[in-house]
This record gives sequence, C-alpha cells and structure tokens, in this order.
Amino acid sequence: MHVPDGFIDAPVSAATGVVAATAVAVSLRGARRELDERTAPLAGLVAAFIFAVQMLNFPVAAGTSGHLLGGALAAILVGPYTGVLCVSVVLLMQGILFADGGLTALGVNITDMAVVTTVVAYAVFRLLVKVLPRGRRSITVASFAAALLSVPAAAVAFTLIYWVGGTTDVSIGKVTTAMVGVHVLIGIGEATITALTVGAVVAVRPDLVYGARDLRQRLKLRVNGELVDAPDPVAVPVAARSQRKVWLAGLVTSLVLAGGVSFYASASPDGLEKVAADQGIDKKTEKHANADSPLADYGVKDVDDARLSGGLAGVIGVGVTVVAGSAVFWAVRRRRTADDVSPVSAGV
Amino acid sequence: MGAGHAHRLYRHGHSPVHALPPHTKLAAVFCFVVVVVSTPREAMWAFALYAVLLGVVAYVARVPAAFLLKRLLIEVPFVAFAVLMPFVAEGERVEVLGMSLSVSGLWGAWNVLAKGTLGVAASVLLASTTELRELLLGLQRLKLPPLLVQIASFMIRYGDVITDEMRRMRIARESRGFEARGVKHWGVLAKSAGALFIRSYERGERVHLAMVSRGYAGSMPVIDEVTASRAQWTYAFALPGAALLVCLLGWTL
Repeated sequence: MHVPDGFIDAPVSAATGVVAATAVAVSLRGARRELDERTAPLAGLVAAFIFAVQMLNFPVAAGTSGHLLGGALAAILVGPYTGVLCVSVVLLMQGILFADGGLTALGVNITDMAVVTTVVAYAVFRLLVKVLPRGRRSITVASFAAALLSVPAAAVAFTLIYWVGGTTDVSIGKVTTAMVGVHVLIGIGEATITALTVGAVVAVRPDLVYGARDLRQRLKLRVNGELVDAPDPVAVPVAARSQRKVWLAGLVTSLVLAGGVSFYASASPDGLEKVAADQGIDKKTEKHANADSPLADYGVKDVDDARLSGGLAGVIGVGVTVVAGSAVFWAVRRRRTADDVSPVSAGV
Repeated sequence: MGAGHAHRLYRHGHSPVHALPPHTKLAAVFCFVVVVVSTPREAMWAFALYAVLLGVVAYVARVPAAFLLKRLLIEVPFVAFAVLMPFVAEGERVEVLGMSLSVSGLWGAWNVLAKGTLGVAASVLLASTTELRELLLGLQRLKLPPLLVQIASFMIRYGDVITDEMRRMRIARESRGFEARGVKHWGVLAKSAGALFIRSYERGERVHLAMVSRGYAGSMPVIDEVTASRAQWTYAFALPGAALLVCLLGWTL
C-alpha cells in the first residue's frame, strides 16, 4: 500500500504532509509522556520490531501468504502516541532507505498507514475494552475488532485522499469498492494475527501491553494483618503544557495549505487557462483540471468556480481528518488526566 | 550489526556524489522529486530529460545501471496497479490492439509510472551513495526533531538485531519440525511475534539502562557536526536546478 510519487497531486500531498507532520509532532509529545526519557530507545526498538514483524510471513493457503501491517498491534502494545511514532519512523526509513513509497507521498503514507490505522484501532480498542467485561479475553476480542476495522479505515482514508487529489479519474465508486473490498479481506487476516499476538504477549507479560494496563493487579501490602493497597510510586510531575496552541497552529496551517495551496495550484494549470480565468472567459471551458474531482461536482455544488471548490475540497478533507483525530486524542488525553488524579496516599 | 552499519542498498565508493554532505543530498533529492511531481504529464520529453539527468548522476556516482535497475523492482506492485488504470478509468476511449482503453486512464498510468519510477530511482541513488549514519546526521541537520532522529537511529541500529532474533526463532521452529502451511499455524507464528515483541521491548529497556549508566540525559551528544560549503550546496543542487529548468520549459511549451 506504499503510495509512490505522482499518484496523488502536489497540493494534496503537501496538505497530507502537514497533517502527518502535525500528527508526528503531537505524538512526539505524547510519547514522551507515555515513556518519559526512555522514549528514544524503547520507541526505536519497537519500530525495529514493527519493521521485523512486517517481514514475518503468514501463509494463507497454497503459496499465498500475508504479513502484518502493524498499526493496530503497535497502538495496543505501546499506546497510540508511540504507535503512531513507530509506524511513521518505519515508513520514513522505508521511503529513504529502501525507496519503498515516494518521498513526496510520505505525507500520504504516514497519514494513511500510521495515523489513521493507529488512531482508529486504538479508539475501537478503548471503546470495546470499556464496554466488555474486564479480563484477558476482552483484550483479545477488542484487539481483533480494532485491527479488523483499522485496515478498511486506512483504505477509506486512502480513497478520500485519492478522491481529492488523485491524478487519474477512475470513478470513486470503483476505487472504493476495490480498496475496501480487498482491505476487508486483509483486515480479517490482520485482525487474527494481531489478536493472537496480543494474546500471546498478555499471557506472558501483561504489564507490557499498554492497552491492558487496567488489568494490572495493584500491589497489596499486609499492614497489621490487613491487606491494604500499596501507595503508588510517586510520579514525576511532567510539566503540563497546553497543547491548544500547537493544535490551533496545526489546524490553521493545514487548512490554509489545503485550501490555499490547492487553490493556487489548480488556479494556474497552464498559462492559457490562467489568462482565460483572468479575462473571465473560462465560464464556457468544459474541462477544468478540477472538474474531474467529485467534490467539485457535488461536494460543494453551489460553488461554480472549480478552483474554489478544489480548495474547499481540500479544506473539507483536512477538516474532517483533523476533527476526527483531535476528538480521539482529546478523549484519550482526558482519560489519562483522569488516571493521573487517582488518589495517592500521603503516608509511606 | 557486525556488518559495519551499512545497509543493503549502500554501495561503498569514493565518487564526488559520495563525498557530498548528506543533508545537501537529502534536500536535493527531495527538491528533485517535488519538481518531477509538479511537471505536467503531457510533457513526455521532460520525463526523458529527467531520466537523463538521473543517468548522469548515476554515472558520476559510479553506480552501475544493473544495480539501479534491480532496485527499481520495488515498485512492481504499483506498476500492476498502473497497468489496470486504462481499463477502469472513465472518459473517452481509444482502440489499442483490439482493446478499448480509456484515454485519461492511459495518461494516469503514464503519470504514475513516469513519476513513480523517477522518484524511486532518485531515492535509490541517494541510498546507494549515502551511509546510514550519514543519512541520520543529514536528517538531524535538516532540523527533523532530534527525538525522531534518535528513534530512527535506534530502529536502524537494532533492526538487524531484531530481524536476526526473528530468524533464530524461525530456525528453532523449523528444527523442531514445524512448517507453517496454512491458517491453522498462525497461532504458533503469532506466539513468535509476541515473543519477539517482548524481547525487543526488554532489549529497549536494557539499552536505556546502558545509556543512562553512560550519562544519557535525554539527548545524544553531537560529535561530528556536518557542514556544507556553498560550493557543495551548489554542486548538490545542480540536479534539482536542472530539473526545475526542464519543468518550467514543460509548463511553458
């Protein structure tokens, strides 16, 4: 699924690049909170693990075999932030070292395969773990569902990106059918392998599974013949800095880039059309660079100007992504802060 | 790990391209790819010129053509996708060899093939002339967040270790008569993957402790700051500069 150069047009590549950069920046901060100063070696080793496990072949039947994509697995095992980071690093290195996936398509690849899979997987996982009864089996079931949904979600995300910025006018219906159809099948394999792998880790070292932290037994101390909860180790207070500024800056930049850049880029596909636009004689031209984009057709129907609707399409795409992403991050963070204020007994 | 930290793609050499500072090469390749992607697909001759430019770079870097072509095979999956495009795309159709193909699909396929191939070729050239450590230094020099560079460097350093661990586990499985033939053997493979995760994570903890005991406090010391002279920048940007000229010609002609 590594997208090569030239598959998605330049403005959308730039916009997804901004989305990816924002996501990586947020994850860097988040991962530091998840792993403190152990971030570099641990995230690095987990990235190496993801890289290795992608090479582990799972035979399906007579000669065919599949392999793990790893987004869902990373999210469940090490948490969403570190997960996004690890998969992004793997993609970055694959792009630079192995020429797997284009350099300009890096934004598309990271948004699609690192951010969407990981975030969707973790959201589904968290939701199911909350709903289902506590226990190891729920973890396995939740990982199955999370991985099952994460792969088609990535396919849908890719289709959306393709819809806005694809360089060929294959009808969106065909792309969706093909992508989602194939990826539902891949998702089943991914889900089975992920669930089995998470199950194997939970059985041996449940403390290492980020998603199963709730299963951890609290340390009990016998004080005067009574069992009492041991005090939590005093957590080192992390300087709580508001992410709102980063958030807003990222959002505004992506919107400006998606809207502005695509407006600019499609505003002058060639000199002649620019002149035509300047002179206001392009009302009659039939084929505009953006006339193929479905968003230009019915996404923003009332906007006659194809360039403007191209920009709007970009803004809508980025907006949806950012809103969905922030909702999930917000939910996760709120949970985290709720965890942090759990009672810490004063006396030791 | 014993292999001198050189990755599979790297070709040792002493050409002028090898000698360039890594961050100039990274920036140049990135600019080149951006220029290629923003070239109109109708200007077919422009892509031929780009290929010639890359050929010149490969010649200067003394990278043999066979090596370059073999590495291009990585994009085969997308070639298959591109071949399908003319059959499924919309729009007016032409008859070619008795098959009805979509014109815009043909253009799309050409677009992806030409730009994708040039992008892959540029990346392969970069990777084959730049050492791993240099690449990471270059990324750091290009102001990638230091933490990200550290993670990437740990991934690269321990990638071979973890892969070797996986290989040993496979040999252990096979020497006990296990052969994965179908879905029913997934459980065993998944247990291996789980064990691999635990081993990687624990190794990460040990690596961290080893680093802490050597005075690590959150950032790696920069020992060799790479710098580039104006001449080196100019030399590196000869490629994207020439490409930009071709691109501008492509837009105007």
